[in-house]
Amino acid sequence: MNVTRGFTGRPRVHNEALPPGQYDAGDDWPVLSAEVTPDLTPAEWSFRVDGLVEEPRSWTWDEAHALPGSVYEGDIHCVTSWSKFGVRFGGVSLDAFLSVVRPHVSATHVVAYSHTGYTTNLPLADVTGGRAWIAWEYDGSPLTPEHGGPARLLVPHLYFWKSAKWIAGLRVLDHEEAGFWEQNGYHARGNPWEEQRYSGD
Amino acid sequence: MTETADTYTPRTRFAVPGRIAVSEQAATLWQTATITGIRRETPHAATFRLAVPDWAGHLPGQHLMLRLTAGDGYVAQRHYSIASAPDDSRHIELTLDHVDGGEVSGWFHTVAEPGDTVEVRGPLSGFFAWPGDRPALLLGAGSGVVPLMSMVRHHRAQGLDVPLRLLVSARSPEELVYAREYGAETTPVFTRSAPEGVVVGRMAAAHVAPLLAEQPPGGWEAYVCGSNGFAEHASRLLVAAGQPVDRIRIERFG
Ligand SMILES: Cc1cc2nc3c(=O)[nH]c(=O)nc-3n(C[C@H](O)[C@H](O)[C@H](O)COP(=O)(O)OP(=O)(O)OC[C@H]3O[C@@H](n4cnc5c(N)ncnc54)[C@H](O)[C@@H]3O)c2cc1C
Repeated sequence: MNVTRGFTGRPRVHNEALPPGQYDAGDDWPVLSAEVTPDLTPAEWSFRVDGLVEEPRSWTWDEAHALPGSVYEGDIHCVTSWSKFGVRFGGVSLDAFLSVVRPHVSATHVVAYSHTGYTTNLPLADVTGGRAWIAWEYDGSPLTPEHGGPARLLVPHLYFWKSAKWIAGLRVLDHEEAGFWEQNGYHARGNPWEEQRYSGD
Repeated sequence: MTETADTYTPRTRFAVPGRIAVSEQAATLWQTATITGIRRETPHAATFRLAVPDWAGHLPGQHLMLRLTAGDGYVAQRHYSIASAPDDSRHIELTLDHVDGGEVSGWFHTVAEPGDTVEVRGPLSGFFAWPGDRPALLLGAGSGVVPLMSMVRHHRAQGLDVPLRLLVSARSPEELVYAREYGAETTPVFTRSAPEGVVVGRMAAAHVAPLLAEQPPGGWEAYVCGSNGFAEHASRLLVAAGQPVDRIRIERFG
């Protein structure tokens, strides 16, 4: 251990909910995106799932809202080392979309892409089984543009760069295809509990 | 608006390729860095010179991860942009704002002395990097000028003639980081108080428009860096003035 002289850190209570290397951002919700925030209205927003599926399709804002609603209450973790506890997002579970398009048995991964062209890759297993959402509400209010509104992907058990803002669709694949940050040196999976920050971690 | 096309075409091509392949080994390996010098820049910012014997080199605009370890094993990690231009000195410089109540910047500003060691890994991310090849239009505020200054210094050190312009916002002349080092490429903007005869106010269309009017061959590559509030404001000014969204790179300090 490489102790830094005179560094004690802030007084802290041990928090089991904090993954290694993370700190509690409290009420802050930092914005980290390398893009210009788009002006995207709900009327312009759509969400498509295609690739290795039985029935590719797109949903408009109203069609997506007609699916059964689902809420995520819990924590989120950003690779830049802040975590945020007890957040509440409203939207629809990705399972609701995937059960309509029906991925092929050969499907193993997805590439999520946004209306701006941002991409990120995820194993299919990480976005099924009630672990991922299309979210349009935060704390009971519409999601703001800088946080990905009108709608973003939400995969709270992985670092937040996986939760693509301004989500436009998922392409289902039988192999992994690195997305934007993954091509820029970030880890392919991004599990905060294993500190999978950069490729090679 | 049910989409019928088979493939989806994004509204913008954000996926500007990363400019630089990041070395996986450099990005994952923690190295011990020794503070060799501290230089005050403003009442709230200071530059820390670090000796990093195995530094693999960086490009202007890149950042690193820095970690401090307490006696009980607690670690704090934060990202810092590299302020110095690439050179072969095996030293790098970081410029840190003293954030109120800040854990890591607080240690640097109140405890750190030459001889102290910290750990760093990097450089990280090839996205905000500028190799010095394309005309660069740089917009920064506060400590957001740090990675941009690395670009300005690189431009000078290499005697590059590719166009480079810097718009930098600070609250007052006293808080303008690197004030003594700017040359003709730089226009400072002061938001609270300014020298005699200089207008006080936020960065505005009037600052950006003339730069976009004088398009260099091939157009500008824009780099925006600062707090999220500044990044939102400045990137919107650029878009409004006609800069293509896929030629704007943003680094947000949170
Ligand atoms: C890519 C990147 C590059 C960056 N480059 C630079 C740079 O070149 N220069 C620079 O100065 N900064 C830079 N930053 C910002 C930097 O990473 C840190 O966020 C900054 O230095 C603050 O860290 P800190 O530990 O001092 O403050 P923190 O301890 O993180 O505190 C930040 C704020 O939150 C409050 N806070 C947080 N946690 C608690 C708590 N538990 N209890 C009480 N209060 C709390 C603090 O009071 C303070 O107001 C960069 C950020 C990024 C993402």
